[in-house]
This record gives sequence, structure tokens and C-alpha cells, in this order.
Amino acid sequence: MQKKTGLVSYLSDNSRPLSSFFYFALIMTIFFAAAPEVFFAAKFHQAVMTTLPIIIFLVIPLVFIVTMGEIDLSFASIFGFAAWIFAGSIKYFGFDPFLGLLVGIAGGAALGIFMGCLVVYGRISSLVASLGALFLIRGFLFVVSDSKSITIIEIRDHWMYPLLVGKFYGFPMQLFWAALFVIISYFLYHRHVFGAHVHHVGDNPDSAAQMGVNVDLTRIYCFMFCGIGAGIAGIFSTLINFTWWPTQGFGFLLLAIAGVFVGGTPTWGGVGTILGAVFGSGVIAYMETGIVAMGWSGLWRQFFNGLIIILALLGHRFHGNRIR
Amino acid sequence: MEPIIELKNVTKKFGGITALDNASLHVDKGEVVGLIGDNGAGKSTLIKTLVGVHKPDNGDIIIKGQKVNNWNTKKAREAKIETVFQDRALTPQQSIVWNIFMGKELRHPFGFIKVKEQIDEANKIIREIGFTSKLIDANSPVGNLSGGERQGVAIARAIYNDADLIVLDEPTTALSLIETQKVFDFVNNVKAKGRSVLFIGHNIFHVFDISDRFIILDRGHVVHKLDKNDVKTPEELIKVMKDTVTGGKS
Repeated sequence: MQKKTGLVSYLSDNSRPLSSFFYFALIMTIFFAAAPEVFFAAKFHQAVMTTLPIIIFLVIPLVFIVTMGEIDLSFASIFGFAAWIFAGSIKYFGFDPFLGLLVGIAGGAALGIFMGCLVVYGRISSLVASLGALFLIRGFLFVVSDSKSITIIEIRDHWMYPLLVGKFYGFPMQLFWAALFVIISYFLYHRHVFGAHVHHVGDNPDSAAQMGVNVDLTRIYCFMFCGIGAGIAGIFSTLINFTWWPTQGFGFLLLAIAGVFVGGTPTWGGVGTILGAVFGSGVIAYMETGIVAMGWSGLWRQFFNGLIIILALLGHRFHGNRIR
Repeated sequence: MEPIIELKNVTKKFGGITALDNASLHVDKGEVVGLIGDNGAGKSTLIKTLVGVHKPDNGDIIIKGQKVNNWNTKKAREAKIETVFQDRALTPQQSIVWNIFMGKELRHPFGFIKVKEQIDEANKIIREIGFTSKLIDANSPVGNLSGGERQGVAIARAIYNDADLIVLDEPTTALSLIETQKVFDFVNNVKAKGRSVLFIGHNIFHVFDISDRFIILDRGHVVHKLDKNDVKTPEELIKVMKDTVTGGKS
């Protein structure tokens, strides 16, 4: 056996994000070839970039959760909960939108902590706990809102609006905030004690505990981060649409989870990739609109979403099985 | 001399089973204590209680003369007690460097890891403990290493953290002769530096060779505390153990 050097070593060390990039590039190539008139138009990409950041805010924290060997489905409802606090605090309590934003994100974080505590202290599987929370929170939103939307058109005149969701050379500002979110998350994941502990806990929680890692607190922080990401996503969605609605965020549930796995993070915990998840989010975002843009019926969308998820996961099998 | 660590009348139960019953022991500075006993004697429970993995139901843990409360693994490591667990407590998908610094990462402000310092230190340590293969560096995943090499990483972690007491739980199990000798060399080095070792083993010959003192555990009780002057040969030590278990009947 020879030590891998240079390019081979780089490709081997980064095989997961690189293969996610490959899937993204492959899909884009197909789209460009099939519908060049649509895909060479900047406006099409600007439209996709409007929703791509929302997916990124959801997918990146899920990479932490999956790396930790857990799953969280409640984010799709926390999305709606944080956005409800944001829109409701402005509409009904006259909060300054910036304060509403902080309170909304804090609400997302609080529900994330609740989820973490449910998993850690309630000793319930995260799949089941978060499934319960998904319906519980959504049900709560239906009841308290009487299933009515909240419109906050006045937000358009606030200083925060152009800064968060305005346009910059035609591209939505949320893209830049999502990029900042990715950069911070990347360093948190790879260069911060929290990220290191997330990896250790996902790999072998007993070993991590024996070495003094606070496994319970790491788990709770991770769910809190997921709540924060969902909260940010929900608030951006409300800002973009000037409206909160009771089912807001529900449609992202399976798409965001698919983004994590298409992005190259395996199901077994201990490893994952932030950059891969960005490409995974790109695949999901473009699939959603690309199929229709190619002139196919929207009925095909779920079929192709499913196909790309299965093909991508089969491709990721080449990265090998779990090292034990 | 003030002991580095002392357990006083510690009891630990798992459901209806008493794994430790009023067990007491201490380890002084600079000595190697061998903890021996049959399967199920409570050796692993004792050391896991000592290093904070298990919380005792009763009894006191005293560190350098001070009774400690809410004892846990983090506090044990802060008190300069490092453990090489029987299962090695490694995370196989992570790199050697992340394993060496697990739980005690070198940090910048705000919790960011000193990546370069950690890698430099880890590379230095893995050469010190005898990894000569150029295929292995600080970024190699631990899961790609052999059993002996993994044990080396677990021991390297204990060395790096400059412990006052190193607890070795069955460190020679499944190791080759050469690897076992390396573990002995390591224990002797640690002792030469005035640090203490608590050595848990099945193999009486291994324990006898390197220990200054022996503690024999049987069904959760500390039944004997012997000095090396009390037993001249491993065979004598085996006889004491056997007499304890069978009550002198062979």
C-alpha cells in the first residue's frame, strides 16, 4: 500500500462533497442541454436562488443532527412556529421587525432545546420524538391561528427588508446570508469544539462520554442549532412572501432531509459534509423548478426527485462502509 | 504520603446486583498498583466509578485529600486522571488527532480548535509511541489502525495529558508480545517520572511484573491488599487469589 499524495489524496479526502458536486453538475448539464433557452437566462437562476437559501438554512443544521446519529423532523413545524412568532409579534403586538426577528429565532431555538431535552431526558428515539413534535407544533399553530394567515406587507418599508431579502445585482440578498450561514457552519463543524464533539458523539457516544465529552449537552445544542436554522428559514420565507400561513414550511420536510443525504452525509453518524449539503440543496432546489422549466409536466417532479435521491445514494456507496 | 486518589466504602449497584460492596482503595504518588480479580469480580466497575463513568450509590471519592461531589469523567480528567479503557474509548471514524484531543481540545477563544498545534503535537506523539509507518499520520482515521496501534493512540492520549494517575484497564488484552512489552515500557516510564499507575489485568504474570502493590477484588469486595514483599512470585499471588475464591479448599 502506498501513501496517497497530492491530487489523489485531496480527491480521496473530499470524495463526499466532490461527488455531491458531481451530481449537481450532472443535473445542471442535463438541464442546460435540454432547455438552454430557460437555463441560460439569468432570471431563471435568480428565481431558484430565492428559495435555495431557505433549503440551505434547513439542510445545514440537519447535517449536524445526522452526523450526531440522530434525526429531526420537527424542523418543518419549528419553521412555521418561528415565522408565526415573527409575523404575529409585528402584526398584533407592534414589535419592531428586527425585534420580531430576534424573538422568532429565539422561539425556534427554544423549541430546538425542547426537542433536545425530549430526546436526551425523555429517552425517546429522535425519529419518534420529532415526528410527534412535528404534528404537535403544527397542530398548535392551526389552533392558535384559527388556520388564518398573517400578512405583514408593511415590512417592505423597514430598513431590514432590503438588507435581508432585497436584490443585489439581481440576486436575492438571502443568498449572501445563506453563504454566511454556510461559512459559519463549516467552521463550527470542522474547526470548533462543538463540531468535534458532534462527530465523536455520532461515532461512539460511550467513548465520547468516557473522555469527558458532555454527550447530553452536545445533543441538546445540536437540536437547538436545528431550531435556529428552521427559525431563520421560516422568517426569511415570511419576509419573501410578506405572509405567514399555517402550513408554512411543511413542504420542505422531505426535501430538506433528501438534501442532507444527496449531499453525501451518510445515515450512520460520525461523518458528514457541509459543502456536500450545499450541493445537495442545489440539486433539490433545481430539481423542483428544472423539471417544469424543461417543459415536462409538474407531475413528473416527485418522480425525478425520488430518482435522483436513489441514484445519488447508490453513488455515495462508493465512499465505502462505516469504519469500525 | 497523601494519596492521589482514594475510594472509601464505595458501593455500586446495578438493579438488584451489587457490583461493588464497601470497596476502599487508594493510590499513592509514584506507585504502580495492580488490581486483580476473576471475571465478574467488579474490576471494571471499580475503575469506572473511580474515573467518573459510574456514579457510586454510597461512599466517598477523595482526590488529593479533598472529597469530591458529582464526580464525572470531565472532572476526573481535570484532576489529571487519565484512563486507557478496555474498549479504548476511541471514535474509529475520526482522525488520530481528534481522538488524542477528544474532550481536551486545544482551543482558541470562543472554542475554535487550534488545528495546526493539535496536528503538530499529534504527529510528534505518534512518532514517540513508535508509529514508524509513513502511511499513518495525525489525520489517518483510527479505524484503519491495527489493534496494537489503536491501543497506542489510547495510551498516547494519556501521555499527552500529563496525568498524575493513569488507569490502564486490561491494556495487554489481545496484544502481541512486542506490543505488550511496549505497554510495560510505557508503565515503567510513567513510574520513573513520578506518576502513578493503576493497572487492571487478567494476566497475573503481567500484573506481578510491573506492580508495587496488589489489590484483589472478589465479587465486589476488596479482599486483599498486598505489598510486593508479601508475595515473592506470581505463583504465590495466584495461590492467594485461589484461596480467597475457594476459601482455602482446592
